[in-house]
Amino acid sequence: MVDTAVKTEQVTRQVSDAAKPTDALSARLAALSLPDGGFTAAARKDALARLTQMGLPGPRDEYWRYTDPKPFNAAQPQPMAVDAGATDSPLFSDLDTLKLVFVDGVFDAAASDDLTLEGAQIELLSAAEATSRHWAKDLYGTLETSGQKPVKRPFAALNTIAARDGVLIRVTGNPSRPVHIIHRRADENADAIWHHVVKLEAGTELTLLETGMSGARSNGVIEADIADGAKLHYIASKRAAHQTVGLSHIFARVHAEAQLKSFTLSVNGSVMRHEGVIEIVGDDAVAHIAAAVLGDGHIGPFHHDDTVFITHAAERCESRQVFKKVLKNGAQGVFQGKILVKPGAQKTDGYQISQALLLDENSQFLAKPELEIYADDVICSHGSTTGAIDEEALFYLRSRGIPHDRAIIFLVLSFLADALAEVDSEELRMQINDRLEAWLTDRTGK
Amino acid sequence: MLKINNLHVKLEDEDKQILKGLSLEVPAGQVHAIMGPNGSGKSTLSYVLSGKDGYDVTEGTASLDGEDLLEMEPEERAAAGLFLAFQYPVEIPGVGNMTFLRTAVNAQRKARGEDELSAGEFLKAVRAKAADLKIDAEMLKRPVNVGFSGGEKKRNEILQMAMLEPRMCIMDETDSGLDVDAMRLVADGVNALRSPDRSFLVITHYQRLLDHIQPDVVHIMADGRIVKTGGPELALEVEKNGYGDLLSEVR
Repeated sequence: MVDTAVKTEQVTRQVSDAAKPTDALSARLAALSLPDGGFTAAARKDALARLTQMGLPGPRDEYWRYTDPKPFNAAQPQPMAVDAGATDSPLFSDLDTLKLVFVDGVFDAAASDDLTLEGAQIELLSAAEATSRHWAKDLYGTLETSGQKPVKRPFAALNTIAARDGVLIRVTGNPSRPVHIIHRRADENADAIWHHVVKLEAGTELTLLETGMSGARSNGVIEADIADGAKLHYIASKRAAHQTVGLSHIFARVHAEAQLKSFTLSVNGSVMRHEGVIEIVGDDAVAHIAAAVLGDGHIGPFHHDDTVFITHAAERCESRQVFKKVLKNGAQGVFQGKILVKPGAQKTDGYQISQALLLDENSQFLAKPELEIYADDVICSHGSTTGAIDEEALFYLRSRGIPHDRAIIFLVLSFLADALAEVDSEELRMQINDRLEAWLTDRTGK
Repeated sequence: MLKINNLHVKLEDEDKQILKGLSLEVPAGQVHAIMGPNGSGKSTLSYVLSGKDGYDVTEGTASLDGEDLLEMEPEERAAAGLFLAFQYPVEIPGVGNMTFLRTAVNAQRKARGEDELSAGEFLKAVRAKAADLKIDAEMLKRPVNVGFSGGEKKRNEILQMAMLEPRMCIMDETDSGLDVDAMRLVADGVNALRSPDRSFLVITHYQRLLDHIQPDVVHIMADGRIVKTGGPELALEVEKNGYGDLLSEVR
């Protein structure tokens, strides 16, 4: 009798606890193995306090109205079989790069190159953490914290708390080869969490490539500090399995006369969200963030969310947001892009364009452009369009003998061209274009 | 070569008849011109023959060497040897002119069961033909028609024609928007393509183009039909007196 009563009470308590958001967070955290941290310990502890304060997002959060946070809130990811689905070689695999392979978010030394690159110091978060003093100490969690205002980003804080590995790159020169981070999957239950820190010293330049997917669910953060006159080219290609759930954040701080050029190619995945949070803090700096997305709902749901926040806090700076999504078979695309011009950020030149090409009537694009401007001498504009294939152009191509499906591929590539144009290197741009073409050809008629 | 018999065409979306029993025959090796006032249906004829959506053929036939054109997809008509030089060539950002042209040439060759051209063979052919039309290498590298002047776009159409080697070329107001020099270049390009087994249907408002491209036959089109057919002198008559007299004559 007594035993039963106790059991009943426990069950009741569990049920009522589960309804409380704080315990959803506890369950989320309990499912993770939290590193102790060395030089990151304080940042991790701080992130835990911040996350506890802000809690996990709900559908009522302004920035989660169009994307259901449920798959990211769940304590465990839905297991996803690791198949040989992606048979093609990773993008950029034939380029001369420094290859760093991460399997489900954890560095795989055997599959990677040596961590030596002239003009850069490269270390692993997991290995460097034991030290108490490290150049990355000032950055790990710092840009993430700064990027939490005014919009909270709980999963970035969660990442700072729980990231097991990542790469720490300090650029001191102009490395002759790009650094190429390659993600792979191994475990069908993996909840992959990684956190990279990139610091470019004044006047340096780095091309950072990141390709592949990891985990049944993934959460990646990059914090990048780009000092005066330095240039970071970040090019990511994420071709997920159809059921994958993933999110990523890039937090960048751009100093005087520095440049950030970011381009992300995304294909497939069931729920994907990429956030870009860029603070321009030095005069005459440039920040461009662009993405090309291909979404096809024919196998399972496709929902892709790009959420961008660019803050201008200095004079004569230029920012560009160029987002292009091609959607079909009920695919959904979301774009939430903001330009904030702080008081005194005169002569700001900010531009934002988000466009969707809907290949059928079932697909949907939701765009929320925002401008918030507190300086009076600026040029800021935004545009958003949703359209179908241009019939005139389609007829033109077909009248030259190009078959219908092939003509559609040309027009899709044509639509994405403005986003690809944000990749400075012609060689990389051509490789991306060729790969896109191959993917599109592969999908024709399927 | 091209046979059009009693062609009736209306717009798909509205109850508007545009071609009202048009008949026309262009034998192999000949150049026929079609002249006519605005709204007579000249452009519609070129679109219907090349397979553009948005039109309903309610009556009549159109065939190329005995093959029913109207049953074919636009790309099949192209592979069968039909080419339309557009009045307003379309700009396609992000697609290189060379890629576009090579894809088109090889798609047609494939459809006809011929071997595709290698990159080297294609490049050699396109360079030679581009040089004749004073199209420089830079223009070939640019995206299709993007940033091209009116004259460059039309020359690009003729380059496509030269590369695709169609048997039946329809030119829809190719002279519109061209200065005298550009018109001469375009005409020279067309004249170089004249051969006993290739025919042309040249749609134009003005006689001027026909000074450069000498037609064998001139048709006057009005209200969706051919209302008068004659020799080159008919074009001169239009130039001199306008359409008014001709049209009142046939009404």
